[in-house]
Amino acid sequence: MLFRTVARQAAPLRRQAFAPITRRSVTTDAASAHAENIPKEDDKPFTVRLSDESFETYELDPPPYTLETTKKELKQMYHDMVSIRRMEMAADRLYKEKKIRGFCHLSTGQEAVAVGIEHAINRMDKIITAYRCHGFALMRGGTVKSIIGELLGRREGIAYGKGGSMHMFAENFYGGNGIVGAQVPVGAGLAFAQQYNEQPNTSIILYGDGASNQGQVFEAFNMAKLWNLPALFGCENNKYGMGTSAARSSALTEYYKRGQYIPGIKVNGMDVLATKAAVQYGKNYAISGNGPLVFEYVTYRYGGHSMSDPGTTYRSREEIQRMRSTNDPIAGLKQKMLEWGVTSEEELKGIDKEARAYVDAEVSEAEQMVAPENSSRNLFEDIYVRGSEPKWMRGRTVDETFYY
Amino acid sequence: MVAPRVFRPAARLLSSRLSTPLRPAFTQTACAPSILRARGYASEAISGVKEVTVRDALNEALAEELEANQKTFILGEEVAQYNGAYKVTRGLLDRFGEKRVIDTPITEAGFCGIAVGAALAGLHPICEFMTFNFAMQAIDQIINSAAKTHYMSGGIQPCNVTFRGPNGFAAGVAAQHSQDYSAWYGSIPGLKVVSPWSSEDAKGLLKAAIRDPNPVVVLENELMYGQAFPMSEAAQKNDFVIPIGKAKIERPGSDLTIVSVSRCVGQSLAAASELKQKFGVDAEVINLRSIKPLDVETIIASLKKTGRLMVVESGYPMYGVASEIMALSMEYGFDYLTAPAARVTGAEVPTPYAQGLEDMAFPQNDTIVKQAAKILRL
Repeated sequence: MLFRTVARQAAPLRRQAFAPITRRSVTTDAASAHAENIPKEDDKPFTVRLSDESFETYELDPPPYTLETTKKELKQMYHDMVSIRRMEMAADRLYKEKKIRGFCHLSTGQEAVAVGIEHAINRMDKIITAYRCHGFALMRGGTVKSIIGELLGRREGIAYGKGGSMHMFAENFYGGNGIVGAQVPVGAGLAFAQQYNEQPNTSIILYGDGASNQGQVFEAFNMAKLWNLPALFGCENNKYGMGTSAARSSALTEYYKRGQYIPGIKVNGMDVLATKAAVQYGKNYAISGNGPLVFEYVTYRYGGHSMSDPGTTYRSREEIQRMRSTNDPIAGLKQKMLEWGVTSEEELKGIDKEARAYVDAEVSEAEQMVAPENSSRNLFEDIYVRGSEPKWMRGRTVDETFYY
Repeated sequence: MVAPRVFRPAARLLSSRLSTPLRPAFTQTACAPSILRARGYASEAISGVKEVTVRDALNEALAEELEANQKTFILGEEVAQYNGAYKVTRGLLDRFGEKRVIDTPITEAGFCGIAVGAALAGLHPICEFMTFNFAMQAIDQIINSAAKTHYMSGGIQPCNVTFRGPNGFAAGVAAQHSQDYSAWYGSIPGLKVVSPWSSEDAKGLLKAAIRDPNPVVVLENELMYGQAFPMSEAAQKNDFVIPIGKAKIERPGSDLTIVSVSRCVGQSLAAASELKQKFGVDAEVINLRSIKPLDVETIIASLKKTGRLMVVESGYPMYGVASEIMALSMEYGFDYLTAPAARVTGAEVPTPYAQGLEDMAFPQNDTIVKQAAKILRL
């Protein structure tokens, strides 16, 4: 290449890149944690001891195996996961009723990742993810109505019906991105802006095990480390990139080690508490000026890759059944809360009922929304920032040219 | 035929919209003088007009915009310590520091993505590509991440980023380093694309691009960097901005409209002089300045006057800028044409290394004169 001759000598790595680490396997058992002396009050903090199989780390001291929480927060987490699942089920139904068009990727089974992350950060932290984004959009402040409205292509949708399933945006939520892996450098750019603006915040950058092999993921790792960006890269490893299992796509399936010179944490992504603990730890690590981390959230999607995929040609029904019955994030949290005496079966039923009623009501409101008017104004608006548009945009013919 | 419709609301909108500053006017006090301003020119004292190279005009634009807005920063390969592969960013590191003038590793997709992400987060990055040939590694980020996000988000997520660097063929660097991307970027809704010819163009358009709240691609030309042009007193000021989407008539004429862009504008002007000298005809030369949005009105108004249209550009002929302008001339100007419109473009061939062959691959002055003479039946 022209002018590209001398590469500067790379700074020597601070640590040996592949130092042997203790081999333990991260469990995906959602119910493996422990807590005692639960206070009576809803908002009085108490400590939960996480399963010692919650994390594995690479070139990094593991996060504390304890988590401060409150009864209120646990119930909220439960409520959030139930809401996401209920919403995804509504999307599933609407898709099968042919009311949702195109691609629709559901996160059923992966709820603990979105919920655990949100409970570990604040509203000023940023999140960017790939196309399996409904749960994140909800957690970032989107309403069920606006998300389902978007899936239905309505103007009251979260992106005014312009983005659909894969492109949802909210405050400090940067989508919803459809090009596998492209959101990773963009996410590093979000972290860059936080550093530039000297904000004490972090960017959570999510991608799948399939995307983890894209070249630009490694480009982003390199610059994030080089510039010490507060970026928390996170591979949501649901074991399949579409229908290709991790082992058939990746020479190294330990995705938390993929950062090479970036420390990593593998976390049980079926356990919302472990996820929260890991991300909370990661956020503190990043905003203390230690630079990026590579997370691996070990999770599982119950459904196919998208609505057109039954999800059974590349994995066995038994596997899906086993994950559902033994590792479900919602059932896992529920079991813990009951065991610890945080709540009663009855109260949980109440939360379930309330969450479902809320989602169902929002979904039915979304279904009542009318389809947008097929006007040129609706078609051509927002290609450019308002007030800075060209004078016109061309339609299919000269006659259909739209004048702003 | 609905042709005249193009004239309808356009002029009014143009004056009201494009002249409105897109963001609050910046303070121009207390600026350290730009490295260019510090330099004296003999002509300066006499007329206020001075000779400035395209490179220095770009440098001045960057320096002024970095000075004016803390959200603006520039990143790219060799932009800082090396002073720019083509020296466009010379002196900026010393003046603005490494926070705002950032050397990147050679990872176009990566640093382009970072620029886009920073823009989504509210900064105003300037992303330099060493050449647009290398930007192909990052074209997904430019098109899918930058250009489409505002629309896909229903207008809630703007992306104020500027992509810039040399474009088009260079001298003796063969096929991979020698091509024109105007048509590539010009076809994407959501992007704005400008391509300067003179120093005033370079400064005014780059400043407009940085200020524009949308993603803008600035296609410069390496062969023009060292060329000096007179720069008016107004253009030397730090509030000089050229509206995106407006072409400039560089040479008025009555017999033939030559629409051109970037380096080919200079060639077209030379050809126009030759046409006047040899045949006594007056060609009107339009400098497009902006590839997208395209100033169709100026082209059609000129075509209406001259009745003949020729487009001169150096991109590939198939599906190119010239093709588009000719198609538009059919749609909006057919009734005014007195001869078939014609185009002079790059040849449909990967750029060869050998000089004679390279010359054959791109418009030369005599190619333009010959084609013009043919249209005019001279």
